[in-house]
Amino acid sequence: MSNTLQELQTGPSASVHPEQPWTYPHLGLHIPPNDALALAVKAIARRLLPWLVPLALITAWHIASSAGWLSTRVLPAPLDVVQAAWTLAESGELWTHVKVSAARALTGLAIGGGLGLLLGLLTGSVRFFETLLDSSIQMVRNIPALALIPLVILWFGIDESAKLFLIAVSVFFPIYLNTYHGIRNVDPGLIEMARTYGLSRWQLYTQVILPGALSSILVGLRFSLGLMWVILIVAETISAQAGIGYLTMNAREFLQTDIVLVGILLYALLGKLADLFAGALERSWLRWHPGYQAKH
Amino acid sequence: MTTNHSATSGRGVPLALHGLTKRYGQRTVLNHAQLTIEPGEFVAIVGRSGCGKSTLLRLVAGLEAASSGSLHIAGKPHAGLRNDTRIMFQDARLLPWKRVIDNVALGLPEAQRGAAAKVLEQVGLGDRGADWPARLSGGQRQRVALARALVHQPNLLLLDEPLGALDALTRIEMHALIEDLWLRHGFTALLVTHDVQEAVALADRVVLIEDGVIALDERIALPRPRSRGDAAFAALEKRILDRVLQRPGEEATPIEPAWLGAAAHGLRWAI
Repeated sequence: MSNTLQELQTGPSASVHPEQPWTYPHLGLHIPPNDALALAVKAIARRLLPWLVPLALITAWHIASSAGWLSTRVLPAPLDVVQAAWTLAESGELWTHVKVSAARALTGLAIGGGLGLLLGLLTGSVRFFETLLDSSIQMVRNIPALALIPLVILWFGIDESAKLFLIAVSVFFPIYLNTYHGIRNVDPGLIEMARTYGLSRWQLYTQVILPGALSSILVGLRFSLGLMWVILIVAETISAQAGIGYLTMNAREFLQTDIVLVGILLYALLGKLADLFAGALERSWLRWHPGYQAKH
Repeated sequence: MTTNHSATSGRGVPLALHGLTKRYGQRTVLNHAQLTIEPGEFVAIVGRSGCGKSTLLRLVAGLEAASSGSLHIAGKPHAGLRNDTRIMFQDARLLPWKRVIDNVALGLPEAQRGAAAKVLEQVGLGDRGADWPARLSGGQRQRVALARALVHQPNLLLLDEPLGALDALTRIEMHALIEDLWLRHGFTALLVTHDVQEAVALADRVVLIEDGVIALDERIALPRPRSRGDAAFAALEKRILDRVLQRPGEEATPIEPAWLGAAAHGLRWAI
């Protein structure tokens, strides 16, 4: 806008600059005009831009709490949260709770996910088991795991097993469904080809059907990892003697909002870690897949 | 079942079809096919789409069972898959999660894996063994599929329109490659194609299937390697093509109703 205005006022001849390479004698660089510097600025801007909003929010938060506009009962100052995290980490309390929570989540995932994988492989591969089991599983799938909480408390009490059961039930379905569909959707042409090439049943399974279903199974795993944390948080807030949920619920009793926030951030961090793990798994197991190949 | 010992490899098997018939429900796809193929012969089966030529190939492959009639391979009645028969499909059907060399070695015993590299070399892709199939072009994928078929030293190679999806130039290259490998290995080859030029370029005999019936069995006596510019080649190609396009018994009628049908179909979609 301003450019065109200037052009209109001064005429085109004044705004046209002779094309001259930019030189940086102190750097020993000789760079063509417009290219390098503009590109570098753009690259840096692209890197920084996504962080702008979070930074602004934290700054605003800091200003608000240090000016006293924000009661620490609502939200503690960001530095207090960092301080609380540091103290907890130093005393070692943080790690015990993280360990307990992570162990819970992973055990639940191993039980539920393992069962889901096994049953998915079974119903996907053997027609008899599909007829026998699939419709029942599809029916049960529609019950939200959290709706089971009263029943689970009656069955298992408020023990460790109740939490594991809830997590296992909720991670079961994404893995089961995606395994089943992954196997069903393996290209029948590939299976036919493999049969004509004299592969045994076992070879057919390990070399064609399982790898063909793998991308779908990993999608299921990703869903399950997401659900796993959500259910863990709910399960831990019911009642717990250790774990991140215990940490935050305990802190709530004493109005330690900074520790509550540390707990929330820990959940976020663990969720992110699980996601990174699933991503890494996809990149290494699906490296043949054009969609997952690292761009060079 | 014959195994691929090196003693039997490089030697084609004879093939004999007697009254071979295939029905799907009410529809007869292949009707009393009668065909004898000599050991090491290269036979091309041509015909319009849906004429039953692919069904014939699938019967010979053992992927489907005949409704009636008999099929003898190497003098023995044939049922099910054979270990000395390999198929090249229209799509390469490479396993995308195996590297090229492992695709070629599919189903090979561990001890014979060295052969895979050698055959890959023969199809001109010796340096692409470590690549993923997704990185290859369509023609290269079919070459890998060809190598995968040949590494088993089959006595019978079935080719189900393997070049149908390739561009004209790649196709001509592949013709030369297939002919060269056929001459070198000496297997019996059965090629299904809708491309009459391809059939004339490669085959000892061209068989035309029309509405499930073998309608023409033409010997191609041209010397190899065959040149497409050759007058005799062109005359043969034209004769067979004319024969494919003409349909005895249904004079002049098929074109119009087919066109009308297509238009009505299109109309339905448009509405």
